[in-house]
Amino acid sequence: MASITIRGVKKNYAKTQVVHGVDLDFASGEFVVILGPSGCGKSTLLRMIAGLEEISDGTIAIDGMVVNKLEPRERGCAMVFQNYALYPHMSVAQNIGYSLKVAGVPAAERTQRIQAVARVLELEHLLDRKPMALSGGQRQRVAMGRAMIREPKVFLFDEPLSNLDAKLRVQMRSEIRKLHRRLNATSVFVTHDQVEAMTLADRLVVMNGGRVEQVGTPAEVYSRPASRFVATFVGAPAMNMLEGEVTLDGISLLGGSRKLNVSRTGLAVGAKVAVGIRPESVRMVAPGTPGALAATVDLIEELGAGRVIYVDLDGAPFSVVTSETVHPEPGSTIGLQFAEADLHFFSSETGGRLDVFKVSVPEPALQG
Amino acid sequence: MEKRVTFGRWTIGILFAVPQLLLIFTFFYWPAGQAVYWSLTLQQPWGGGNIWVGLDNFRSILSNADYWNSITASLVFAAISTGLAMVIALVLAALTDRQLAGSRLYRVVLIWPYGIAAPALAMAFRFILAPEAGFMAVVNKFWPGFWDPGLDGADAMASVIIAFSWKYVGYNFIFFLAAFQAIPRSLIEAAAMDGSGVIRRFRDIQFPLITPTIFFLLVINITESFQDSFGIVDIMTAGGPANATNLMVYKIYSDGFKGLDYSGAAAQSIILMLLIIALTIVQFRFIERRVHYR
Ligand SMILES: Nc1ncnc2c1ncn2[C@@H]1O[C@H](COP(=O)(O)OP(=O)(O)O)[C@@H](O)[C@H]1O
Ligand SMILES: [Mg+2]
Repeated sequence: MASITIRGVKKNYAKTQVVHGVDLDFASGEFVVILGPSGCGKSTLLRMIAGLEEISDGTIAIDGMVVNKLEPRERGCAMVFQNYALYPHMSVAQNIGYSLKVAGVPAAERTQRIQAVARVLELEHLLDRKPMALSGGQRQRVAMGRAMIREPKVFLFDEPLSNLDAKLRVQMRSEIRKLHRRLNATSVFVTHDQVEAMTLADRLVVMNGGRVEQVGTPAEVYSRPASRFVATFVGAPAMNMLEGEVTLDGISLLGGSRKLNVSRTGLAVGAKVAVGIRPESVRMVAPGTPGALAATVDLIEELGAGRVIYVDLDGAPFSVVTSETVHPEPGSTIGLQFAEADLHFFSSETGGRLDVFKVSVPEPALQG
Repeated sequence: MEKRVTFGRWTIGILFAVPQLLLIFTFFYWPAGQAVYWSLTLQQPWGGGNIWVGLDNFRSILSNADYWNSITASLVFAAISTGLAMVIALVLAALTDRQLAGSRLYRVVLIWPYGIAAPALAMAFRFILAPEAGFMAVVNKFWPGFWDPGLDGADAMASVIIAFSWKYVGYNFIFFLAAFQAIPRSLIEAAAMDGSGVIRRFRDIQFPLITPTIFFLLVINITESFQDSFGIVDIMTAGGPANATNLMVYKIYSDGFKGLDYSGAAAQSIILMLLIIALTIVQFRFIERRVHYR
């Protein structure tokens, strides 16, 4: 178990900077997920912790000791790679036991520890196989075993599940979670998959363009996204965004004559804002219902338990998740309703969250 | 569905193969057959056809001490030059693989020696290794008589080995570098995370994974050291001094075309061919087992 402290860490490749100064603290035994779109610098950050990538600026400390100049092997981290990176010429047992062999652990103890890890991961019957002869899920397990056997202070995962099929991914997800509960080592897990991130994380770090956008529990990130980017990146389907301008008595939406009746927001009149509303916070009502917003149905996606209804709101795409059995025809008009408390406000210029005054009465907020 | 051209009648398939078969027959089987025929006959000095002598040519060659000397020289040459060319190329490729900047340039520069014709290369090395001028002259000044390939058989052998190895270092390097670069970076990184240092990673991960290339180059280098050495020997030492560098392939030429013993030369080339075949079989039987194909 170990805490990780990251201070002002930057990464440059030649002239381009890909990580622009990151400050993070991971507590001992915590399961942290770094979430972000492809190319945002997640792997680079993880590899700097691992020691596989030089740290251009700033410091990384593990358990209070700055590790910037330490070799990977001196840092006490184990890593699971996206493509598993199993040694193709070694058997499963040799793959799992390689670090012990390098460390000079006697053969008898090695065998015993390999057996123990194999038992946990249900790999016992595969120990003599070569990686070539394994399925994707089994390879994944071997990669986990190779990381586990060293009993590392820190586990690093670089998108370890993204090469698996959907069903296996869900299964491995819960297994990783179980393993963490059992080993309780500090874990940093990188992914671009927000469902994976939400389900695994004790704490979520959302990254974009080499910067940290938000740090918080999955629930915090979901319910109070710190920026427009986080709001649209976390949650599926993505949060709806309506562009508008603050007026004396509400927000007038761009692209139409509609207006959102919002009680005192504390926002400066004339400010350009984006108003966010989660698809699952929108209620579908009969067209013409007082206070409802009229929209045209574009497309309906069946989810089984419910459906996503994509509508057109004055040319802006908008989606609604509903579990009701109503089945509007594409092309028909429906009414949309939502509570003021469910609205999120972001600055159109900076994308940052705008904190509004607490709204006392959750009344119907819309006017057609 | 399988996409494959099939011929209704096998004759059409044969027709397509004919040009290739014709080439192979004309330039390989026919001359080889001729050589076998000559090796079993004696060509009369003043014409008048060949006399069938059975295995007499082989008997007389194999009872000749000069010939055994030539076999020994060839084996020594093959072992040392293959070893040198492969080890040097392996080290260069391993170093280049770690530091990739400019590796495209190395690749071009190092393949050039292989493109140089053996006689031209031998000529260059004759000057480079001349005892009376250049670097070796300086060495000779400090250790008089240290280097004289014209008189000392071992020095002459060293000269041809150096020239031959120089040519094949470039060739081997290209293959080794390609093999190293085909190893996924993440394997090396995984080994580094497992606590393995540079040398240990080379031994445990990189080396085993390039064994197919090593094996391929071993077969090629050994075969070529028996055959491609001709031009170098001819220009640099002409087999001398005192037959010290009279490799099998060179002796075939000197006995056949200078000594005009066609039948003996033919028998020698059959023996050389059998030797190369035997060596290749041995390599496939005993070394290939240790190769990890991925
Ligand atoms: N070796 C490299 N040289 C130059 N740029 C790189 C290198 N590795 C990564 N990058 C760039 O750094 C950015 C972040 O990469 P990475 O950390 O791999 O992103 P991801 O979040 O998808 O894991 C990307 O824009 C990528 O193009
Ligand atoms: Mg990545």
